[in-house]
Amino acid sequence: MQIIKDRQLVENTWQFIADEQELPANGDITVTANRWQEHHDLLQAHPGKIGLRIGSTDFADTISGLDELALIELDFPVFTDGRLFSHARLLRSKYGFKGEIRARGQFLADQVFYLSRIGVNAFELESKLIPTALAALDDFSVFYQTTAA
Amino acid sequence: MYQYNQDDQTLIEQRVSQFRGQTQRYLNGELGADEFRALRLMNGLYVQTHAPMLRVAVPYGLMSSKQVRKLADVARKYDKGYCHFTTRQNVQYNWPELARVPDLLAELASVQMHAIQTSGNCLRNTTSDHLAGVCTDEIEDPRPYCEIIRQWTTLHPEFAYLPRKFKIAVSGSERDRAAVQLHDIGVYLVKNAAGEVGFRVLAGGGLGRTPIIGKEVRAFLEKKHLLSYLEAILRVYNLLGRRDNKYKARIKILVKETGLEKFTALVEEEWLRIKDSMELSEQQIAEIKQHFVAPAYDSQAASDTSHANQAASNLEFARWLKQNTTDHKVAGYRVAFVSLKAPDSPPGDITADQLDALANLADQYSFGEIRSTHRQNLVLADVKQADLYALWQQLDALKLATANIGTATDMICCPGLDFCSLANAGSIGVASEINELLDDLDYLYDIGELKINMSGCMNGCAHQSVGHIGILGVDKNGEEWYQITLGGSSENEAAIGERLGPAVNKARIPSAITEILDVYLEQRLDSAESFLQTVKRIGLDSFKTKVYANH
Repeated sequence: MQIIKDRQLVENTWQFIADEQELPANGDITVTANRWQEHHDLLQAHPGKIGLRIGSTDFADTISGLDELALIELDFPVFTDGRLFSHARLLRSKYGFKGEIRARGQFLADQVFYLSRIGVNAFELESKLIPTALAALDDFSVFYQTTAA
Repeated sequence: MYQYNQDDQTLIEQRVSQFRGQTQRYLNGELGADEFRALRLMNGLYVQTHAPMLRVAVPYGLMSSKQVRKLADVARKYDKGYCHFTTRQNVQYNWPELARVPDLLAELASVQMHAIQTSGNCLRNTTSDHLAGVCTDEIEDPRPYCEIIRQWTTLHPEFAYLPRKFKIAVSGSERDRAAVQLHDIGVYLVKNAAGEVGFRVLAGGGLGRTPIIGKEVRAFLEKKHLLSYLEAILRVYNLLGRRDNKYKARIKILVKETGLEKFTALVEEEWLRIKDSMELSEQQIAEIKQHFVAPAYDSQAASDTSHANQAASNLEFARWLKQNTTDHKVAGYRVAFVSLKAPDSPPGDITADQLDALANLADQYSFGEIRSTHRQNLVLADVKQADLYALWQQLDALKLATANIGTATDMICCPGLDFCSLANAGSIGVASEINELLDDLDYLYDIGELKINMSGCMNGCAHQSVGHIGILGVDKNGEEWYQITLGGSSENEAAIGERLGPAVNKARIPSAITEILDVYLEQRLDSAESFLQTVKRIGLDSFKTKVYANH
């Protein structure tokens, strides 16, 4: 499936591996923060790239080795859960995370402008919503607050 | 007042376009009701009992005559010819049609107005002292800081989906007229020992179901750190505020459950990390201040004292002068209140014709500006004393000169059952009964300063818990009952009112109020002791005995 990344449509190369699933032999995978903490060495040995899928209560200060990760997925349980907005902001400004930050799950196409302003650079949504989301990235050309470093 | 630059204007126009698209998608069935609900709320649009309700932002209560004319115009074109001023200094329209709201917002944008973040779980309109810049007890004009906060809160990308609504108030004077301690964040301009002006910051205050007085998180904050400190508080709240229960989601519950010390430590830690990256420069502050320079006052204004003679020969004018005007920092000027509490009109309501006429009066007598107050009245802040009589005559003809500011009939009242889908009680009807009861002006003035606040439900939009007399509508098996509290205050000595006893039936409210006032008049030390002072001195027992004696 296609996602929006850096304002372009790209093919998603990543696969999420739930805690109870075995790790695949290769490929780019995301895992839970829990699995990353508990099986760090095993995951480091994985031939593909590693990313995390975090939820609203996964605080970055409890996750080690952020700089080894290529992707952090913010998994929205519901679009009104604003904690992931602060997590994104902190990942960029406090923890200096340079990799991809991707919104997925129950967020709205109407939220991509704000999300892009706080450091989220990729969006995984239903294909029919992609045109709306791409347009919404340009909802505003002006703003008052400083952007996430 | 603050004038938009090109970027400010672009922003609100783009907001209108964004909302127009969202409304269209909703009407086309492409956007679900729940999703649209969150988006429309952040544009001030509720769905109420009879029709949508739209809340328009009046940043810190300041309006130009041009904006007021536009409000009148909108009231005629999109509503039924009137609108309502709220306790957050905002304006509400009760009858706009959903499909036309984007057009309405576009009209507002043409005069630098909007409905951004007037509802929803986000940063709301910043409120302030309606006497800012003109009162005699000011440390510094709070409005430039309100404007700085307004800009920072507007479309803040990180804090648009908070656990619950979030309200900030700023006061720059000795006397708190902005209910600062009852806000999620309250900011006082203060002077430190070295004579520097900065901010005292409170957090965790709030009304609603669990009224709590804010706690000090910082005794003195340098001006340059204003936004970084607010940002730190908001980030801590956004991450840690409860989201499992709507009634425990305000920051007041977080502060209470975390403990003030730990909460403050979390805020300070985050603030130390970000403060250098978010400093306000002196130049930034100075640029905003330029929008709030004093108007060209007439240095000879004090020499004309004809208003005193006019008052001596006209009792009605004298009453209005005493009750509805207050001291101005410039000699020869007074602040005139425009009472929206006429006996036969719902508190806070004003018609389009009155708005237009008022805009003209503002142009003629008060440098073209009008302010809204958190007690649902309006203010012409800069009136020459020589113009007071003429102003009064015209306000009187407009039914905007009811001489009751600060008295028992200057009630704060929510729209209640008549409009609101949440209400249990018809607050407006009860307000009108209390008005009939207090129609004798001598009696009203004898009672003196009294704040009666009445809400139709637990959500407490009319701040009943901080009314000197608070009245709260509750539903008992489909009947309207009212819980009475005494001794609340939203001023410097902020206090939450204490429950008098069991709720009383609607029919009993007028007599209960009379009984409460009788006890006050019997027991006060002298006419200088206010109702609130008497309640604090003697407690609730005498009031209880009287109200519940025969029931």
